[in-house]
Amino acid sequence: MSGGVDSSVAAALLAEQGHDVIGVSMQLYDNSQVTESGQRAFGTCCTIDDLYDARRVAATIGIPHYIVNFESQFGEHVISNFVREYVAGRTPIPCSHCNSDLKFAELLDRARAYDAERLATGHYARIERDAAGRYHLHRGADNSKDQTYFLFSLTQQQLSCASFPVGHLDKDTVREHARRLHLHVTQKPDSQEICFVPDGDYPTFVEKQAPGAIRPGTVVDHNGRVLGTHGGVHRFTIGQRKGLGLSSTEPLYVLEIKPDAAQVVVGSRDALGRTRLTASGVNWISGVAPTDWMRVAAQIRHRHSAAPARVRRTDEERVELEFDAPQTAMTPGQAVVFYEGDEVLGGGWIE
Amino acid sequence: MDPLVADRMAQAMREAWGNASSVHHFGQQAKAALDRARGSLATLIGAEASDIIFTAGGTESDNLAIRGAAESLEPAGRKHLITSAIEHEAVLTTMKALGKRGWRVTTLPVGATGVVSVDRLRDAMTDDTALVSVMHANNEIGTIQPIAELAAVAHEHGALFHTDAVQSAGKIAIDVCALGVDMLSVAGHKFYGPKGSGALWIKRGVRLVSTITGGRQERSRRAGTENVPALVGLGVAAEVAVRKTATDGARLSALRDRLEAGILSSITGTERNGAATPRVPNTANISIDGVEAESLLIGLDLAGIAVSSGSACSSGSLEPSHVLKAMGLPHARTLGSIRFSLGTANTDADIDRVLDALPPIVDKLRSLTTAGGRK
Repeated sequence: MSGGVDSSVAAALLAEQGHDVIGVSMQLYDNSQVTESGQRAFGTCCTIDDLYDARRVAATIGIPHYIVNFESQFGEHVISNFVREYVAGRTPIPCSHCNSDLKFAELLDRARAYDAERLATGHYARIERDAAGRYHLHRGADNSKDQTYFLFSLTQQQLSCASFPVGHLDKDTVREHARRLHLHVTQKPDSQEICFVPDGDYPTFVEKQAPGAIRPGTVVDHNGRVLGTHGGVHRFTIGQRKGLGLSSTEPLYVLEIKPDAAQVVVGSRDALGRTRLTASGVNWISGVAPTDWMRVAAQIRHRHSAAPARVRRTDEERVELEFDAPQTAMTPGQAVVFYEGDEVLGGGWIE
Repeated sequence: MDPLVADRMAQAMREAWGNASSVHHFGQQAKAALDRARGSLATLIGAEASDIIFTAGGTESDNLAIRGAAESLEPAGRKHLITSAIEHEAVLTTMKALGKRGWRVTTLPVGATGVVSVDRLRDAMTDDTALVSVMHANNEIGTIQPIAELAAVAHEHGALFHTDAVQSAGKIAIDVCALGVDMLSVAGHKFYGPKGSGALWIKRGVRLVSTITGGRQERSRRAGTENVPALVGLGVAAEVAVRKTATDGARLSALRDRLEAGILSSITGTERNGAATPRVPNTANISIDGVEAESLLIGLDLAGIAVSSGSACSSGSLEPSHVLKAMGLPHARTLGSIRFSLGTANTDADIDRVLDALPPIVDKLRSLTTAGGRK
């Protein structure tokens, strides 16, 4: 229970259906931590307030509520990975790691230790079980809120103990339930940014976390001609246009990041399109990888419309993928998720 | 809360609702209720009623004692304060605040037993020591400190001595004269009275600067209209404690010892924290290898057993217990320590329930820890 409306309604609906529900909130970082310079290490996000919201919702529903402290695990699995990826010139998705390495790992283990049968969350995704007993993951009914992009790494085992009570609802209906159930978070706005960088200033966060790893470098064109300088590759993502610090007659975009040379390659928008990518850390939801080229719809960002492609396994946990038409800004560190209709087949990390 | 306390508080809300400072009939009723409560509390700690200042709890009493004495002795050039490493936050944080404002603060260490050494205090005393504050019984491990000896050392150097007796009052017999202290804090909710009620006993002749200023209530030492129902509750709780302490203490310490022995023998990798004696009868602090107290607290609560860790704060931060840390326990062991606090309602059957429920929960949590190391 994050204190937001989705997980609050998820818990309330389960309780209403007569389930024996235990409310759990994860404390993920010490919001009161203040750096030596007197600045807050994690911004001024209202995390403590969010935990209070969760507690108040639990009291309204009439279920027990506990705060579990996962600060060290979150730092180890999520924040350090986030920093490492940016420093290496990639653009990470901490939410995916939080789901696979914390919620459906450590938190699920805890839940089992307390004899809970399932771990329910407020994700917009649906789980279906077929006649053969296999679990399938589908996009949330509200496509504008769908969160399956962040859940591609779930396994059969994890899906068998997961439950997404709001996955078949749209956001308006969820808020309607919140109102009906007298939850005080009914009008709470959706969270937009990454939770531990509430101001959205990722470069500054990375610099604070890993000051020793920051290396200035040059901005170059595709011929290697130096156009300017920059304060570190972590300040850039593929397809970025703003903040390049260049004056040019035509708009320039980041095409490629070369962390070893501390180089950022820029060029025109039409050079951003690509059809091929490789991905590692691949998970197939069914547990079985296809043996030959397979037609899928592939999504390369949270806000990307899945596009027709074919995918093929190249080794144990890697694939190559070819879109029918060029896609803009394939970004290393982001996930590529394979769909068939609204079913998630699997996904991996873009290399 | 003792049912008699709740009844008398409800009665006070209905019947003694006047302002105790008012001249009229209703004020007099409230004043009479306060006088009775003051007398009852005085009996509990072997004091004169007129030396008791009512407060809103133990924390306020500690603040009044420490800040009041420090400020009062400042003009005489005494700017040194001494406390122990295992005090309650009400004392430690107050000392720290004074430290930032120019007082020198010495924090006495404790050994693995969790007991403050009289010799260490003697070494720390200086000619400008204003106040020594050492708790009577520790809130996390229950150990009773050698207050009479410590107070004597403080007095040899002309310093005042305060003891936070929040954990001991109502649980063991207390006599302020025998302890030889100058100030003693108590809190009502620690002996079946209401939360938000407390008192500071101040030896006659000891001068304090008020921390809450305003009207002349409590002999001008604690301003503000008295919370009559809460203080009536404190008084009734003291009366009940006077009747029950001796018998209930023996019964509770027998239950506590059985609980402790049962856990130590049935679960491997468990240890008692702090000296076994002298201890208040209701407290047992036990460390359990390979388990985080936080997880255990939740597991036990779901099984209907309410315990504390003495370390987790409401925001869920995992600060290791400063008491266990001061005793030199390794970090992992401080995080795996839980505190059982027995109460007058506990029975043999409750102890059996804990001894049945705890081992399987510990087993499950330990299997998680060993299954760790995921990618």
